[in-house]
Amino acid sequence: MNKFKFDWLILPVVGVLIILAAWHIVGGKKVYSLTTGMAELGTTVAALPEGEAQWKALAPKLKSGEIEATETKRLRPDVWEAISSSFEEKRIGLIPDLPNVVETWDSSKPYIVDPWAKRGEMDQGILRFTWYSLVLVAQGYAIALIIGVPVGFFLGLSPTFTKMFDPLIQVLRPVSPLAWLPLGLVLFMRAGPEAGTYAALFTIALCGMWPTVLNTAVGVRAVPQDYLNVGRVLKLSRWKMLTKILIPATLPYMFTGFRLSLGIAWLAIVAAEMLTGRPGAGGFLWQEYNALIYEHIIFSILTIGIVGLILDRLMSLVEARFKAIS
Amino acid sequence: MSKFLEISQLVKTFPTPKGPLTVVRDFDLGVKKGEFITLIGHSGCGKSTVLSMVAGLTESSSGGIILAGKEVVGAGPDRGVVFQAPCLLPWFTAFENVMLGVDQAYYTASKLERRQIAEYYLTIVGLGDAMDKRPGELSQGMRQRCGIARAFALSPKMLLLDEPFGMLDSLTKYELQDVLLDLWQRDQKTALMVTHDVDEALYLSDRVVMMTDGPEATVGDILEINFPRPRTRKQLLEDPEYYRLREYLLHFLNERSHHRPARVNQAAPVLVNA
Repeated sequence: MNKFKFDWLILPVVGVLIILAAWHIVGGKKVYSLTTGMAELGTTVAALPEGEAQWKALAPKLKSGEIEATETKRLRPDVWEAISSSFEEKRIGLIPDLPNVVETWDSSKPYIVDPWAKRGEMDQGILRFTWYSLVLVAQGYAIALIIGVPVGFFLGLSPTFTKMFDPLIQVLRPVSPLAWLPLGLVLFMRAGPEAGTYAALFTIALCGMWPTVLNTAVGVRAVPQDYLNVGRVLKLSRWKMLTKILIPATLPYMFTGFRLSLGIAWLAIVAAEMLTGRPGAGGFLWQEYNALIYEHIIFSILTIGIVGLILDRLMSLVEARFKAIS
Repeated sequence: MSKFLEISQLVKTFPTPKGPLTVVRDFDLGVKKGEFITLIGHSGCGKSTVLSMVAGLTESSSGGIILAGKEVVGAGPDRGVVFQAPCLLPWFTAFENVMLGVDQAYYTASKLERRQIAEYYLTIVGLGDAMDKRPGELSQGMRQRCGIARAFALSPKMLLLDEPFGMLDSLTKYELQDVLLDLWQRDQKTALMVTHDVDEALYLSDRVVMMTDGPEATVGDILEINFPRPRTRKQLLEDPEYYRLREYLLHFLNERSHHRPARVNQAAPVLVNA
């Protein structure tokens, strides 16, 4: 029991902490550097109520002419207000523009503590964004499965069909969602205001289809000859052969395909949202990049990763159930 | 004497990279209605190929198979096959596996009648309490019981058994041989079974057909087994005749099976157990 907890709980936590620490070291931080003389600043502060004491506390921190952004928050508000115009903002660190852990957390907090908020088109809680993305993925994924499964069966059953289309599939399969989306936009250019949605669905369905197609085909080819012989001895009709033997025997393979397809559909959604500017986990990422709020890029990446992980785990559970039967 | 199953001049040739390989050549056999025949021979001699051709799962290269006056073309539920591995569909329960065949063979019967047929055979083979279990939850022996029930439940003209007990331990094997004999006697079926177990062949069959080694395997000799039925294992083991026949079979398998009979199409060889 102890060993179990150590392996499955503590080690991943340690791993995460190591990466967070590395990120924090590499990341930059915001500082304010003084543009005027110290003496001048001293008089400004001293003029405030109880200014002498405040200045005594502040002066040592300004020895190098710089003060960390986090430090300024600990000053009395009116003090900072009075002197802030004497500073200019700048970022320091190994990669100055990379937000550090604390900045990322501070900036992302509103999206997490109020996950269903809707403050504007591109300013919504993270669960709401995720939900938009999931809905679109579900639609595209459904299309992928509806097309992919029959195509997979044809490939598995007919050598002629395989010879005809397999080379084409092998060519189309490695094409990135980013490459398909512009074509989708062109295809649905005349579809009116929803053209972006159709293009996104086209991309998700097309990219997500291949694992289902290929795994189903492999599964159909791998149906044991023994099972097919049972069907032949019983003279099952084509329909019964399909529903009672072929499909159940192929299900475990199909579900492996479904799981991989879902992963790819989720990859494609981000690309689709980025290029079409739809609200969602990926759209938010792109819009915040354009808005120079880099913290939210990291936040979006983490969100996309975690949601992807959850989807994969859920599909694994379903897959395992079907594997257990066959 | 009318033959229920007539196999004549059966040939099977497989294409191989090194040219065609004739596995079975000039195989002739007549089987009477209700007879229990075993095909015995060394592994790989082509006995399963013969059975598979009778089942219609493998096409013959030439020659003919006539069952109850009709030429055999393709597989069909008039021949119940029991495979070496039970070949149950793992996503169905034992009952559903049997029902799959019953639905095909009795498509005119009512749903209730069909259920009763499936339940009847499952109960006889001793699976009355395990009908709703999936094959994964059954032991090897129980699975093969289900396989036997499935074959009998088709009410086939003929039973074809391809080393049905080959994968079982000997105790289970004895039990299942009795289950098989019991059903065979109840239903008065004609049966053709492939085996390489001499004792099994003697216990079950009316005639044992010995096959020569492949390639170009054929009937080497036929032995009549005239023990009265119903048989018991004990009664057989106490009969000195049993050991004579056993010796004869073993001698064939050890010595004579390596030589193809000089002239193939002659009348049945003279037997020593007269």
